[in-house]
Amino acid sequence: MTLSIQHATKKFGDFTAVDDLSLTVDQGQMHGFLGANGAGKTTSFRMILGLLNPNTGVITWKGKPITYAASPEIGYLPEERGLYPKMKVLDQLVYLAQLRKMPASKAKQEALVWLERFQVPHYAAKKVEELSKGNQQKIQLIASLLHNPSLLILDEPFSGLDPVNVEMLKSAILDFQKQGATIVFSSHRMDHVEELCDNMTIMDQGKVVLGGSIREVKRSFGKQNVRIKMDEDLTSLKDTAGVVQFTKTHDGALFQITDEETADRLLNESMKLGKLRHFAIEEPSLEEIFISKVGKAYA
Amino acid sequence: MHSFWIIFKQSFLTKAKTKSFIITTLIVVAAFFLLANLSNIIEVFQGSDEDGNVLHVVDESGELTPILQARLDQLGSDVQAMPTDLAEAELRESISEGTVEAYLVLEQEGSLKARYVSESANELGSGNEVEQAVQSLQTAVAAESLGLSESEVGQLFAPVAFEREALSESSKSQEELSQARGLVYILILLIYIAVIYYPNMIAMEVANEKSSRVMEILISSVSPVKHMFAKIAGIGTLGILQMLIFGLSGYLAMKTAGTELTEGAFSVFGFSNVKISTFLFAVLFFLLGYFLYAVLAALLGSLVSRTEDVQQLMLPMMMLIVVASLIAFSGISVPEASFVTVTSFIPFFAPLVMFLRVGMLDIPLWEPLLSIGIMLVTIGLLGWFGARVYRGGVLMYGSSQSLKDIKKAIRLGNQK
Repeated sequence: MTLSIQHATKKFGDFTAVDDLSLTVDQGQMHGFLGANGAGKTTSFRMILGLLNPNTGVITWKGKPITYAASPEIGYLPEERGLYPKMKVLDQLVYLAQLRKMPASKAKQEALVWLERFQVPHYAAKKVEELSKGNQQKIQLIASLLHNPSLLILDEPFSGLDPVNVEMLKSAILDFQKQGATIVFSSHRMDHVEELCDNMTIMDQGKVVLGGSIREVKRSFGKQNVRIKMDEDLTSLKDTAGVVQFTKTHDGALFQITDEETADRLLNESMKLGKLRHFAIEEPSLEEIFISKVGKAYA
Repeated sequence: MHSFWIIFKQSFLTKAKTKSFIITTLIVVAAFFLLANLSNIIEVFQGSDEDGNVLHVVDESGELTPILQARLDQLGSDVQAMPTDLAEAELRESISEGTVEAYLVLEQEGSLKARYVSESANELGSGNEVEQAVQSLQTAVAAESLGLSESEVGQLFAPVAFEREALSESSKSQEELSQARGLVYILILLIYIAVIYYPNMIAMEVANEKSSRVMEILISSVSPVKHMFAKIAGIGTLGILQMLIFGLSGYLAMKTAGTELTEGAFSVFGFSNVKISTFLFAVLFFLLGYFLYAVLAALLGSLVSRTEDVQQLMLPMMMLIVVASLIAFSGISVPEASFVTVTSFIPFFAPLVMFLRVGMLDIPLWEPLLSIGIMLVTIGLLGWFGARVYRGGVLMYGSSQSLKDIKKAIRLGNQK
């Protein structure tokens, strides 16, 4: 266990931004934070970074509170992107890495490697303000991990990027995790968290509404989906015992069920109806879980 | 300490490399060389105009003009009195044409009557001289009509030996004062410009880093307090460098212009009788004034989210500096006035006002030392207070444009 947050609460006046947040992230794990705007993600990150202190609760990294002494070990990509608009990309990356105690020559060398990897080596001598938003974001990500931190905190790393660049950044972050870094990141896209993380925390208005291992969360949700694709009409299976919800799709139907026996029953019944093209038991998506837990659609 | 130097270097170098900084420095240096060579340049354009001003005198008797000329010479005037046969109407026309600058009508009807006519009433300079000369002309004419001998006339015109002596111990002699005044004036002006210019630069820098949101990355890497002081030190060094360049180029400009610093127009500046301590105090008060206002500026800069709002928040600070300069500049003629003495111990006015006293008076050493002590304590307190505000201020975004936000920032900084 490296990053530990125990009952952290942060209030601004009468407003409670984060209410009793507890979680632990093990070495080399990727932890996802989900939540709408104003849910308390950024405040949580600022507390982890030590920019804000919780009113109550304890946050430790490797057993110690996070101070500026730990600065070289920590990387941060803020939600509001921030770079010097008039400074050249390479100078900027070296400067920010130097502040995290990386030697200038090494920072320069590594920065060029990263620029190469993100296919933007020709921007090294350009001013940041001349770059497109997507490319600025690449620079911002490089700035957060150039000094090789062991704890990387990414606030909405993929927002505002096109799918190609999202994939590029995703694979870079995954590679970085493989090197042993602990990563905490937030997103408003559930599919990103589902794809990348083992553990997650869903926040709503400062409170944790759902948290823990994603597999665990899904299993304990107690509902699964059965997707059947066939030409025959499946409406007759709607009232099979154990089916909670039935949704007709253009090439078949989707059943929400509570136990696996129901799945067996659906398989047998559907095969009686005709030629079965596709039968699959699907895990529920986080989105479905969120909607049923919070009682409203995810932003 | 390591990151302190990196921020220090960065804020120093990026500013020193900006076009605006280089251009400003070059313009000022060029201005110095231009000013130092001004008399040479004027000579080139005017040619050697040794004649001085010609004053046409309508003098029917024809006897008065030579005496008038003698009086003028005695007054040290360069006005040349020239008798003319032209009628007044013609002279008036010549004045409006610009060929004649001024003329004087002398009439003797019992007492002497004189009328001085020039294009505008502004030309008081030579008018005054002429008036004085006519006055003594009157005396000379009267003396002559009384039949006084040469030596009696000489006695009548013997100049009075008038000397001023000040009894107050702190006061410098009149001669010393007028010599110090010019230099002190220039140095106060420099300190005044420096405490406006460089702290403003800091406030803009901080506001820039906030509005470009790079601040959050910076303060997650290094502590805001370290960031603030490294920035203040960096810009301060830049200020010292710029002042050094100005000082050196000013000195070189006058050297190369062949102007002796102790002669002619420059004697006003009092370079002939400069005490090294005046310069040392100038540097000291420059630094203290800078740090005092820089901390204040950093504090104010940390409160705004947009650079547009900086000026508004800086207004109270600007007022302080302006008041300080008003006291200093008005006190330069009355350095012993009690309002000068009192304000020289008030920290925000001291950099200018105490320097004025040190430069103009022979005050006991403990006075500037006390004032410096008060300033150091204030800088310390302000630094401590500023750091608290800064810590919270840099995290605050939104429409913050009032000083009330200081409270909000401290609260946020405290929780940190």
